[in-house]
Amino acid sequence: MSQAFDAAVEVSLRDGIADPEGLTIERALPALGFSGVSGVRVGKCLRFVVEASDEAEARRQVEAMCERLLANPVIEDVDISLSPAP
Amino acid sequence: MTAKVGVVVFPGTNCEHDVVEAVDSVGGCGRLLWHKDTGLADVDAVILPGGFAHGDYLRTGAMARFSPIMGAVTRFARDGGPVVGICNGFQILTEARLLPGALYKNRGLKFLCQTTRLRVASTGSVLTRAVGIGDELNIPINHFEGNYVCSEATLSELRETGSIVLTYKRNPNGSTSDIAGISNKKGNVVGLMPHPERAAHPLLGSTDGALLLKGLVGGE
Repeated sequence: MSQAFDAAVEVSLRDGIADPEGLTIERALPALGFSGVSGVRVGKCLRFVVEASDEAEARRQVEAMCERLLANPVIEDVDISLSPAP
Repeated sequence: MTAKVGVVVFPGTNCEHDVVEAVDSVGGCGRLLWHKDTGLADVDAVILPGGFAHGDYLRTGAMARFSPIMGAVTRFARDGGPVVGICNGFQILTEARLLPGALYKNRGLKFLCQTTRLRVASTGSVLTRAVGIGDELNIPINHFEGNYVCSEATLSELRETGSIVLTYKRNPNGSTSDIAGISNKKGNVVGLMPHPERAAHPLLGSTDGALLLKGLVGGE
């Protein structure tokens, strides 16, 4: 029997790749009075529902999706979160 | 014999007619190929022109890589056929893993549309066989994501194999090692951010791009 899982895939730039968007935001924050903010990195989050026999199988599927389409391993890292869909 | 050059049109491609015009002007015969085609007919070379294939959704070139024609383009490239990706076409070639590295947002976060001065760094590619090493060319760029990024290992390999084809004299976008264009090891697959078709007639202010396209259609 298959189960539905809520998947959230956070795609972010790999360490060492300059992030001009993050840098611009970091420079803007002090002007608004938010001091002491550092290390701003901008990424994107993809959310979807995936059906699989269990969580391990769901993770394998999402990892394969990341490998083939959702992220570019040359410049991006992914962080996958899964939870049973309500 | 006139070289037949297939110019691939994806939904969102917008430089295909300029490329066909420029190819024809240097003695080739350009013809449009639709991204849903599964074959390349009998073309002698393939160009993936600039634009916003599939809206650049997800990442530039990410969806175009899965268009039906890319299977045929990949086989053609692996068999040694000349394949050139211009701007968005370069981005597609990296996503399709036919060229290493990736193109990321310009360092200054600005869309750049300007003439750049390029230096020919290798004449071992199908696009640079009619020019000389060290030659300088004026060719425009027109992109937001032209900042070439790759690992240290890839950069060393590009250097060792003479696969850095064109560099910027003055780096406009933060590109690694001033890279404007690269090739695969064999030199038959080339990607570049500048648009040679936009420098292919005196009225456009430069004919330096025609030198590159002439090399492509001029045969072996």
